[in-house]
Amino acid sequence: MKIKNLEELQRIKEESLKNLNGRESKKRGRVVVGMGTCGISAGAKDTLRAIVDEMEKQSIDDVAVIQSGCMGLCEVEPTVEVQIGDEEPVIYGHVNEKQARRIVKEHVVKGNVLREILVKRGKI
Amino acid sequence: MTVENTILICAGGACISSGEQSVKSTLEEEIKKHGLDSVVKIVETGCMGSCNLGPLMVIYPEGVFYQNLKSQDAKEIVEEHLLKGRVVQRLFYKGPTGEIKPRMKEELPFFTKQVKVVTRNLGIIDPSNIDEYIANDGYFALNKILEWSPERLIEEIKKSGLRGRGGAGFPTGLKWEFTRKSKSSEKYVICNADEGDPGAFMDRSVLEGDPHSVLEGMMIAGYAIGAQYGYIYVRAEYPLAIERLKKAMSQAYEYGLLGKRIFNTNFSFDVELRIGAGAFVCGEETALIRSVEGMRGQPVQKPPYPAQKGVWDKPTVINNVETLANLPVIINKGADWFSSIGTEKSRGTKVLALSGKINNAGLIEVPMGTTLREIIFDIGGGIPNGKKFKAVQTGGPSGGCIPDEYLDTTVDYDSLTKLGTIMGSGGMVVMDEDTCMVDVARYFLEFSAEESCGKCTPCREGTKRMLEILHRIVDGEGKLEDIDSLEELAISIKDTALCGLGQTAPNPVLSTLRYFRDEYESHIKEKRCIARSCKAMIAYTIDSEKCVGCGACARACGVNAVIGKIKEVHKINQEACIKCGSCYVACNFDAVKKVDAVDLVED
Amino acid sequence: MPTILEADSGFKELDKYIDGIKEKKGMLIGVLHKAQEIFGYLPVEVQSHVAEKLHVPESTVYGVVTFYSFFTMKPRGKYPIKLCMGTACYVKGGSKLLETLREELEVKGDEPTKNGLFSIHEVRCLGACSMAPVVLVGDNDFHGHVTPHKLLQILDSYRQKEGKRNENKKS
Repeated sequence: MKIKNLEELQRIKEESLKNLNGRESKKRGRVVVGMGTCGISAGAKDTLRAIVDEMEKQSIDDVAVIQSGCMGLCEVEPTVEVQIGDEEPVIYGHVNEKQARRIVKEHVVKGNVLREILVKRGKI
Repeated sequence: MTVENTILICAGGACISSGEQSVKSTLEEEIKKHGLDSVVKIVETGCMGSCNLGPLMVIYPEGVFYQNLKSQDAKEIVEEHLLKGRVVQRLFYKGPTGEIKPRMKEELPFFTKQVKVVTRNLGIIDPSNIDEYIANDGYFALNKILEWSPERLIEEIKKSGLRGRGGAGFPTGLKWEFTRKSKSSEKYVICNADEGDPGAFMDRSVLEGDPHSVLEGMMIAGYAIGAQYGYIYVRAEYPLAIERLKKAMSQAYEYGLLGKRIFNTNFSFDVELRIGAGAFVCGEETALIRSVEGMRGQPVQKPPYPAQKGVWDKPTVINNVETLANLPVIINKGADWFSSIGTEKSRGTKVLALSGKINNAGLIEVPMGTTLREIIFDIGGGIPNGKKFKAVQTGGPSGGCIPDEYLDTTVDYDSLTKLGTIMGSGGMVVMDEDTCMVDVARYFLEFSAEESCGKCTPCREGTKRMLEILHRIVDGEGKLEDIDSLEELAISIKDTALCGLGQTAPNPVLSTLRYFRDEYESHIKEKRCIARSCKAMIAYTIDSEKCVGCGACARACGVNAVIGKIKEVHKINQEACIKCGSCYVACNFDAVKKVDAVDLVED
Repeated sequence: MPTILEADSGFKELDKYIDGIKEKKGMLIGVLHKAQEIFGYLPVEVQSHVAEKLHVPESTVYGVVTFYSFFTMKPRGKYPIKLCMGTACYVKGGSKLLETLREELEVKGDEPTKNGLFSIHEVRCLGACSMAPVVLVGDNDFHGHVTPHKLLQILDSYRQKEGKRNENKKS
């Protein structure tokens, strides 16, 4: 097949982009734990462990748990960002072990946002 | 069923030689065994850059980065990660101190400090699939410039400030303009992929990981100067690059992106591969042209420059791999975007190959103007084993060494030249306190003397004489006047050699003389090698207080020079010792000492 | 084994390759690459043949062959065996290994074995003294603490790799 013009090139681009994007995420959502120095010193390691553990308990395997660097909200660490499907990401602050398990049970499983620890909606 | 996981496995040269193939085949077997082959896709990519961690892979969608893999690890990854969704912590990247680092590729400091222009697709796309290149805007730049006039294209590149990445840093747009103005119905583009500096593998990684970007760059250059034919001159030592280029070319022909009337315009372009045969000098423009013509690759006098008389005596533009791979991005994002990166006189980024005594050896790309300190300590992770940084060598056999007081120098063409070295193609060899600078100079000069094509006397004879002197100094037989003779020879070779390689061959000696003259002097006057590296000037002894008589050193010794009974203090017979250092490495009690041989006599 | 001149099939293959690239200019290096791939090295006979086919002087061909380190005029085994003759290896039995190899492969100097599989090369210190004696097969296959017995096993593993090609010394 010969590519004769921009439109044909564009079409190939879009088709193969679809394949490439599949590489990025087939999961329905993600939970990001801020693991910068500030997060870790505020206890983010326990938060992360609790999330992973609770996800296993609830046998959730279609949500990715991701560690990231500092989200820039050092005063409310540990922070956790939850994004399910096409919803706006939600950021929780002061997430201790107990809250972490609640996030999994309530938000990830049932889709209820926990208002009392909510810090921010939308991307940082 | 849709693909759930994609595994990108690095198939760069370094990973292949550290066993990528066996990891991959185990991975495939295991995936098949568990019936995952319809939902897991394996893609072999080009070099990801962190060569010292290889073989390595990134598993998407999570983006987990696994390193230092063996084939049995592949089994564990399939069983744990793919089947159970549990990441395998054991295979994460560990920092120099052993702590487990973030597991995402994007979070490793090695990756975050970099700006990827030339290496944008490396480790991300499958180099053997043209569609993945197109998905990342491949061949869009070509389409765009075919609507421009060649003059406008040349203006755009001039405006971007792009300079040749092969070493000398000549402005690319200007080079094109000269060639465009040469009147001839037949012109050529040559891609110089004869990367020969020891410690340099930038071009190889780009050719292996993103061959289409080089092809697209060649076509852009061809359109600019009015050429319809291009040669890629690759060294024979890069079989994988050759294979991937061949595949890329046939795919481009299939899509009509190479050949006649590209994108239905009047522009036609053909590319042919020419394989070198092992001669370093062929990296020099005029020698390269002779070699492309199938002849002995010996340089000729310039002028006439290739822009007037190149291959087959026709106007020719020769661009290096990295220069060409920059072009599609400059066109897509614009000259202004490109010139916003880097410094005033050196725009854009530079791909560097870090090697030597450094924690994160590998391939990196940084904006021009990044300091050596950031490169070596932030990205490179510093010097292993708590040793002290001594110098960094840039520019290979044509370059020189930079000592620690200049670590805050920025990497760009002009500031490196000021320090008596060159940017060169981008190899950076880091040296620590155990490296002898005289020996380093000798090593590079040996390379240049060996690779001298023999055409002009200054290079052929001069480098040999310099080498003899250096051998003498390293062997402990140096004379005081040797330093003067070295300088004198170096300057006359610089002034009189025919080609760039000859003229720069003395640089490693000149720069070490400039910054490490004391090391030369101590070799000659005191017979001491400060780094305790030159065999003729060191000796090994055993500290009788620390020796526990375990016998490890005696077993390691190849020449039975260690004497002593088990559980008794051992001794080294200096006459039999060949100073190979095996006992030094074998001792667990720090009892074997390396000392200056001159101090030993008193015992 | 036939002499190189009798190995017609090689020349036929080379001629076919040359005929296929006729319209291209400056293919001398490319043709020599092909020739070395076919014959393993580039003796004078092959060089004259190439010169004749490409209509270039033999001296030009010789000039190119000797200029580039990739081309060789001496035959080498398919798997060159490099024996380290540095001091440590020598003392730890390197010479014994050499003896064993010469006997087993029935070759002198660095000529290849009759089946073309191996050739022996004495090299300077490979820098692995603590593993002495060391042997390097090809460019990457490195062996340390080699004994004559182990060396024979290494040879066998390569013979097996070649398998059906009947490469065994005795055959």
